[in-house]
Parts: sequence; structure tokens; C-alpha cells
Amino acid sequence: MSSSANGNNSNNGRVTWEGCSVLLDINDGDRLVFARLSPAAKLKIGNKNCSLQPLIGTPFGSLFQLDGTSLSPFIPSPQADATTNEEIKDDNVESRDNRQLLDNNTAQTLTGEDIEAMRRQGAGGNEIIEALIANSATYDKKTAFSQEKYRRKKQKKYAPKVLMRRPVARSICEAYFKKYPSKIGFLRVDTLSLLLSMANVSANSDILVVDMISGLLTGAVAERLGGTGLVCNSYLGQSPYSMDIVRIFNFSDEICKRIVRCPISDLLSSKESPEQTLQVADVNYVCNVESQSNDPMGATANTDEISHSSGNGISDLGAENAENENIPVIRACKATKAGERAPQETIDSWKENGFSSLLIAAPEMDIWPLPLATCMHNLQLAKMAIGLQISEPWLREYQVLPSRTHPSMQMSAFGGYILTGTKICSSNC
Amino acid sequence: MLAIDPAKKLSFNRLISNGDLVIVYERHDNMKAVTVSEGSVLQNRFGVFKHSEWIGKPFGSKVFSNKGGFVYLLAPTPELWTLVLSHRTQILYIADISFVIMYLEVVPGCLVLESGTGSGSLTTSLARAVAPMGHVHTFDFHEQRAGSARDDFERTGLSSLISVRVRDIQGEGFPSEFAGLADAVFLDLPQPWLAIPSAAKMLKQDGTLCSFSPCVEQVQRSCETLQNCFTDIRTFEVLLRTYEVKEGKMENLNGDNNDSNGSLPCKRRQRSDGSYAPDTSVSSVMARPCGEARGHTGYLTFARLKCL
Repeated sequence: MSSSANGNNSNNGRVTWEGCSVLLDINDGDRLVFARLSPAAKLKIGNKNCSLQPLIGTPFGSLFQLDGTSLSPFIPSPQADATTNEEIKDDNVESRDNRQLLDNNTAQTLTGEDIEAMRRQGAGGNEIIEALIANSATYDKKTAFSQEKYRRKKQKKYAPKVLMRRPVARSICEAYFKKYPSKIGFLRVDTLSLLLSMANVSANSDILVVDMISGLLTGAVAERLGGTGLVCNSYLGQSPYSMDIVRIFNFSDEICKRIVRCPISDLLSSKESPEQTLQVADVNYVCNVESQSNDPMGATANTDEISHSSGNGISDLGAENAENENIPVIRACKATKAGERAPQETIDSWKENGFSSLLIAAPEMDIWPLPLATCMHNLQLAKMAIGLQISEPWLREYQVLPSRTHPSMQMSAFGGYILTGTKICSSNC
Repeated sequence: MLAIDPAKKLSFNRLISNGDLVIVYERHDNMKAVTVSEGSVLQNRFGVFKHSEWIGKPFGSKVFSNKGGFVYLLAPTPELWTLVLSHRTQILYIADISFVIMYLEVVPGCLVLESGTGSGSLTTSLARAVAPMGHVHTFDFHEQRAGSARDDFERTGLSSLISVRVRDIQGEGFPSEFAGLADAVFLDLPQPWLAIPSAAKMLKQDGTLCSFSPCVEQVQRSCETLQNCFTDIRTFEVLLRTYEVKEGKMENLNGDNNDSNGSLPCKRRQRSDGSYAPDTSVSSVMARPCGEARGHTGYLTFARLKCL
């Protein structure tokens, strides 16, 4: 497999580098944070501010645990998993149940002060957890499943785990859908996947995109193009839509170059487009993680994208204390620009050759009557497309565990509607 | 099918030529794949269509038969191919295929291993996802089906991206030459747990795996086996609900047209004598879910190779 000229900086790179963006999954999805790794970067977990430096140069997928004030690599012991499974098969377990449990807060004899004292003496998170278990009057009477649940709950509080994930279309979409879905128009990951395949997004293609969901669609398309072809991020009127999510993808220079912008009006008119300087592309990619000004694209296109500096390029989705309006926008650490204005030769070439795919993500409309139904009807009347279909994807997750397999208790009820079809030649072809 | 050669990419100027594969669209549920051949004809209930009249036209054109009937000639895509290919085995459909490609994080340049090949429905989409620098190695234990798949990939122009081999992955595992090189592995086997240990050896660190199984017992056993070397194990079902659309008139339920009952406001038509009459209907486009839907295809179990 060939790697791009940037080596680790290609989006196939599996090891983190200074300046790359990462998705931090804290305590199994309880909290999701996009961050940019640098020696100075810090992350607040609970009431501790820990450095992200230990994460630089480690493989994506690595697990860390907060013990004391620093993050250190955590390697789950294979024995731990095995014992859990074995206990479940133990006959004694089936005779236990919760009939004697009283919810009156008297089960735990260790107090908050005791725990603080242990901490001051240098006890690690795991020691505290063992102490809590030892001092719980009801622990032994619980079923094995219940004990597991108890242990996991204590671990989340006293020894939180941080999983460092690679930001790719899938993980970015899932994180936003879970924590800040309005920013991506409630586009669920299966719906996004359908958009990409039904539009036949593939290498060496010129793809026209109208992306009103902060750049997630543009980024996902660019990822599938892999440094070939072009994505034209277009917009009605003269103000481009925000594309902040594109920056999270860790795209190589080659891929960034392939993301360009052009107003729809320019694509339609046959007259020369005016020589207007678009300020937006210049302001965003200042190589400075600290300072931050209002993202002008964000401000014009979408008023709830007001950003302010957090000093370390962190974008915390749905954190306990952050309100959505204050989520900072990550600054790119390199000067590569995605979203440059498409040059005239490129626009001319599109007018000559056309685009092979069109993708539109426009969630801001009233849903009655279904805008897609009106669109489909109009396309049918004008005989512009065939094979038209409106679909709604349905996604259900399962919990698969010994003796405990069932659909997940929570489920997403709606992930977006899709209209797909194939354009046909009108009589002018 | 894919623009592996940029000169052949779909464009206004890319015209149908002799030897091209086209998808002949009669109706949304009636399509077939045809290789254009100068002297050939297509015969169907609309009449006789001469291939020679297709050559030089752009993809997406409407073409006519001797009787004046017509069909559309579409450029082949993996989605259309999935709908027209000959089923030698049960195939994976669009909803599952799209989700698998996304969740396995397949992008250009990836090396993907697949077993079984089956009818090559998913394989075609995998090829699109890894093009132009990546590769798909697909294995099937049935020699004849492997051969048919190979023929199909020739026909769709994907042979440079896909290698088909006859091999019993459940019995022998994946070939050791790929150890540590695969970005993703896909399994569609009756007993995937037998292949999972080998898959683990093939994957790069944090590489992705997917196993497709129709039955929950298979899923349970696979998940148990995955625990050893894999993490982030998740199982899903994905289905598509389709809608039908029609233009209709909605009757105004409030006959005497006053709004005392809090009914929806309606337009009033002006009569020729200047007075107003209640407009008792509103024309609009309506959508409603289709009554029938596919209930189940299979469970998709995904996992990542644990970091050491």
C-alpha cells in the first residue's frame, strides 16, 4: 500500500504526531473531546488538569488511565476479562439476586474524608476502588453482573480511562451525533454512509456538494476521494457555509488542496465571474493554537457557532459545564488551506465536463410538507431524473453478552431522510 | 465502472463506446447490465434496440426501439450493479454495504481482506472505496463461484483492484503473506469464529473487522471469540424504510369555512362576481412510508484490533 508523501500525516497514519487532532473518548463515551496534541495541551478531567503530552507519538486506539494527575498508558490485563466471563458461568451466581438490597446509603462505610486521606498518602485510583469494594457491606451479595457494574462505576470516578480515537468520518459523525447533533443536522452515521455510496463518491471524480452541516459532508467526501478528484463546496448567495469540521480530519496537504469552494451562481453563469477576493479563506488557518477570533464564516452562516479561545485548541462536545454556544473552534496548526476558492480554469472545466455526483445536506428546512417529497416530485415532473427514491435508514444496536443479549436500551429514532436518483439526459444532450 | 483512468471518468463528454458496460433501465425495478457491442441488439417488451444507435450517446440518454418504446442507458455504479448482478449466493444490499464501508473506515489506499466472495456485491463497493492505490483480496472456497466473480470483475473493469482466490478461510485462515498488512477484514461466513484468530493476525494495530451473520447465535459466538484480541465490539442491524410520494388534494374538513373550531386556515377563492368562496382543497405533495419493507438481512458485528 502506498502512503502519501506526508508519511504519518496521511490519513492512513496510525500513530499520532505533534499537531494532529484526536478524538478523546473519556469513560466509554461519557464524554467526547476533540483536541489537538501539543506539549502544552491540557485536558480537564474531573477537577484535574492533565497534560496531553503522553499521547504524542502513540498509536491511535491507545487507552490511557488517569492516575493521580497524569495520563499513563493502560493495558487491560487479559485475566480480568476472562474472570468476568467465567464468573457468569458459575452456578453460585444464579442463586444471588437483589431482594435484600436496601437503598438507604448505609452500605458503604468508607467516607469521603477517608478517600481523600488515601489520596494524600499516594494511593492510586485502583487502590481506592478496591478499598471501596472491601468496605461495601452489600458487594458480596450482588450478582456477578451487578458487581461488574459497581466496579465499573467506581472506576469511572476514581480512575477514569481515556481512549484516543482517530478522527475519521465515522468517529467524527458519531461523536457529533451523540453530543451535538444539531451542528450536523442530525445526520446519523448510517445516513451519511448512504449519501456517500448512493452518490457514487469515488476517486478521480468531481463532486458537487452543498454542505450546511459544518463541513462534515465535505470532509467525508474528501476522505473517500483520498487526494484525487475535487470536492466543490458550493453555496447559495455569496457567503460560504462554515466548514470547521473539515479541520478535524487530519487531512494531508494533497487532500486539502482538493477541497475548493465556489458559489452556485458562478457555476451557472456563462459570463466571466467577477474578480472578488474572498476574505474567509485567509483568516481561518493562522498557525497559532492560542489566539482565536470569531470565525467569520461561522458568524455569517450560522449564528450559534460563536467561538472563544480555550487556549489549547480543545473542542469539548457537550461537556458538563460548557454550553453549546461556547464551543471553541479548533485552529489548524499547519498552513494548508482546505476550502480555497476554485480557480477559474477549474470552474471552466466543470462547465465543460460537469460533476459526476451531487450531494446536499440541508437540514434547516421545515419538514411539512417533506421538502424532499416536493423536490422528488419536481424532478419527476421535469423529467430530470429516474430511479428516484426517498428513504429513511433505520439503525439499531445490540448488546451481545453471555446470557445478556438484547437490543440496546437506547436507540436513535431519527437520522435523516434521503432522496436519491440518477440524472438523465434532457433532450438537449 | 470506476474512473481508475481519469480520462474515462463520467462527464458530459464521456460518450458510450463499443465494449462499454451500460445499465439498461426499463423501470426502477427492472434493469439489466449489457455490454455494448456494435452488431448486437437488445430485445425486450418495448421492442428491438440496436446497440449501434447507443454508441456516441452520453450516459443517461433515452434510447428508442423500432416500436417507439424507450429505455435509459445508465453508467454502471456499484449500487446499480448490486441490483442487476446474477445471484449465485444471497447478496448484501445497499444499506448494509454502505454502513460496512463507513464503519470499517475504508478509504483510498487501504488493503482489505474479504471472505466469502459470494456474488461479489460487497466486493464491488470495496473496490470503489480503496481505489486507486488500494487493493481488495477476496477468498471463496467454491471454485466455480470464485471464477464467476472473477469474470464479473473483468466485465466491470475492476480486475486491477480485486484479486480472487480459492481458499477455505474457516479451515486454513488467511494467507500469512498478509500478516500485519490489512487495514480491514470482512467476514461473511457460516462460522466466522473459526476465522477470527487468523483475521487478528492479518490486521494492523487498530485495524477494523466486520462479520456479517444472519443468526443471533452466530453473533454471540463471534463476539465471544472476538474478546481475546479485539475491542470496541459493536453489533448493529441496519434497514431502509422507503417512502412513496404523490401529489394529492387535501380536503378541508371544516365545511362551513369559519375558523371558530380552530381548524387550519384555508385559502378563499374569488368568484367571478367578486365574492369569496371557500377553497375546499389544498394541493400538495405528500409522502408516506411504503407498506412493505425488508425485515432482516443480517447482523453486522464490528471490532477493532486491540493495541498492544
